[in-house]
Amino acid sequence: MSDISRRALLQMTAAGALAAGAGIGPVFAEAYKPMLPIEKGASLQLLRWTGFIDADDKQWKANTEAFTKATGVNVTIQDVSWTDIQAKSGLSAQIGSGPDVVMGFYDTPFIYPDKLVDVSDVCTYLEKKYDGFYDVAKSYGYDDKTKTWIAVPMGGPGACVTYRESWLKEAGFDSFPTDFDGMLKAARALKKNNHPIGLALGHAVGDANAWVHTVLWGFGGKQVDENNKVVINSKETHEALKYAKALYETMIPGTGSWLDVNNNQAFLAGQISMTINGISIWYVAKQKFPEMFPDIRTAPVPVGPVGHPTNFNLFSQAFIFKYSKYPNAAKEYLRFMNEAPQVAPWVTGMVGYVTPALKAYSKLPIWTENPNITPYRDVLVGNYADGYAGSPGRAAATALNDFIVVNMFADACAHGASPEDAAKRAEEKLKQIYNA
Amino acid sequence: MSDTAPVSPGPQARPSGSWLRRAFDRPNVLGPLLAAPAALILLLLLAYPLVLGIWLSLSNAVLGGTPKFVGLANYIQLFHDSTYREAVFYSFFYTICSEGLKLSLGLGLALLLNRRFRGYRLARAIMLLPWVAPTVLSALAWGWLLNPQFSAISWLLMKLGLIHQYIDFLGQIWPARISLIVINMWRGIPYFAMGYLAGLTAIPASLIEAAQIDGAGSWTIFRRITWPLLLPVTTILLSFSTIWTVTDFQLIWTMTRGGPLNATQVFTTLAYQRAINGGSLGQGAAIAISVIPIMLILAIVALRTTREGK
Repeated sequence: MSDISRRALLQMTAAGALAAGAGIGPVFAEAYKPMLPIEKGASLQLLRWTGFIDADDKQWKANTEAFTKATGVNVTIQDVSWTDIQAKSGLSAQIGSGPDVVMGFYDTPFIYPDKLVDVSDVCTYLEKKYDGFYDVAKSYGYDDKTKTWIAVPMGGPGACVTYRESWLKEAGFDSFPTDFDGMLKAARALKKNNHPIGLALGHAVGDANAWVHTVLWGFGGKQVDENNKVVINSKETHEALKYAKALYETMIPGTGSWLDVNNNQAFLAGQISMTINGISIWYVAKQKFPEMFPDIRTAPVPVGPVGHPTNFNLFSQAFIFKYSKYPNAAKEYLRFMNEAPQVAPWVTGMVGYVTPALKAYSKLPIWTENPNITPYRDVLVGNYADGYAGSPGRAAATALNDFIVVNMFADACAHGASPEDAAKRAEEKLKQIYNA
Repeated sequence: MSDTAPVSPGPQARPSGSWLRRAFDRPNVLGPLLAAPAALILLLLLAYPLVLGIWLSLSNAVLGGTPKFVGLANYIQLFHDSTYREAVFYSFFYTICSEGLKLSLGLGLALLLNRRFRGYRLARAIMLLPWVAPTVLSALAWGWLLNPQFSAISWLLMKLGLIHQYIDFLGQIWPARISLIVINMWRGIPYFAMGYLAGLTAIPASLIEAAQIDGAGSWTIFRRITWPLLLPVTTILLSFSTIWTVTDFQLIWTMTRGGPLNATQVFTTLAYQRAINGGSLGQGAAIAISVIPIMLILAIVALRTTREGK
């Protein structure tokens, strides 16, 4: 770490973590000194996704109250379902009115970069203090064209393998494999014992996109190159589709219709032995399925033939609209919420559901408190942005929202298309989007 | 008692009172005045968005950007867009099948409920439930019924020994398409049934009795008397229902989000996906506006069909 030592971080965060445990606000608020002159009479509206885990909302609110106490700026939080954020923030961008700050997903800021406040000062401060942002975080916040930060990266609700340990052992595996070949062998052995795996192939924004992109990139395939030229129809993509088809054969029937909630339901009902998901399955089992809970384990998503992680996770960043009357207050709010005394209790409270965008927070004690939480610490390492290897923006967002890659995998796995045909169809659709 | 009898104003008498009262007494003033609020609401909430939508569809508008006129570029692009073509196909298929089923089954149900039997009032009330339940709640309930792992329908069929594994209702192309039509039909039948029930009660009993005396059978009575008299109601029911079905969004978005692949993609889901999530307002508006000619064609077909029936 450059500007902050591990010991200092632990000291700073311990107080916050204790505060979270005690259900009180962070102690940092008392000593907080704003970096920018906050506008007189400022108040803010934040549009935020409803937490995937209840402790997330609770601690975020406590941190916000601490900000109000430290600065006098009142913040109203509007919670909406995470899939509705894009529509609501888009509407605000269009009409020039609405929340001051939005916590969005993926490359949303790049759909209307001109409407957003330059937050370079906040990001530069944070990356200097907390050991920098992960590469994927930077790609979701830093606009290469203008060389400015248009959003403050917050973090990613990461996806890892969640599996039943006893069933995996019965199938002859002591731990979950670390590469694609091993995962397929394990999945086949589990299926043979009547314990199929389950991965979403319907229009599941988070879960389907996560695993299919990981497999695509794991074989070296990508939808476009660095110049946004469509290159999906490649030998690497065909290999990825062949692999996915083999994996699909080991899955429970019906994953072709799965949306984001289905794999959680099937896992907790004991119908599948493994899936790729956020820590929510483990967390919910801890609270509501005490018999199943001791048997649930998590592991990093295996690595493909390219030899390094190729994760694709949901990612949230926060941006400020230019129509806000209080841009300095908004910037201060985002800075405050990303400081260690706030981040520590937030991440601790939600047992690492969101992996922070700043690298220094990989040293938070929560990550090593339980071996099932640890894999989520590193989900942003080797995480590519949507539209990889092209630049973020409207074309990448459209391709993601049209489920081009998910449909290509579903086409080859569940609807009988050959890998070549599925890739060709995806290529045609991508060309329509990128050449428009 | 006064000895003067009240004098009624003659045809030449001028209205008394203030100029305002006199103005209100004139039909050519009062009429437009009473219609003004409704006209204003229509202009603001219907005409303005429609004109704005048409303008956006002819522009390169993106979320938060300044639109520039691009002529028919968005429409030309849609013509080459395979996802749009899939949406057009399923929109037609979904609408025609749903409307056909709703109309015939709704009419059947109305004929059934038009008879007096024990508990017919309760039966009429129960029949309305699918119509009054919020769409999202219905969609969630159907989501469970058609769930590939927890479907009560599959469970029942398994117990009866009719199937050997759960049906993948929403994960395969045609089962998903048909499932959504069935759900739309389930929701819409009460609307048709209630409309037809009202139409049936308006048919004079003497007409039926006269036909019976003349020796007409049930089918002849239905074909020669009931159906022709129900045609005006049919036109109205079909027109409104078609508009609602073509613009249906909640049901499909909640259950499949247009999947699997793009098998259940319709105009509304694709327009939302492109305009709001993808940020391409111009293209999204073009998708939405492209529904208008199709709606007009459907309306003309419906009108002609019912008129020819006459």
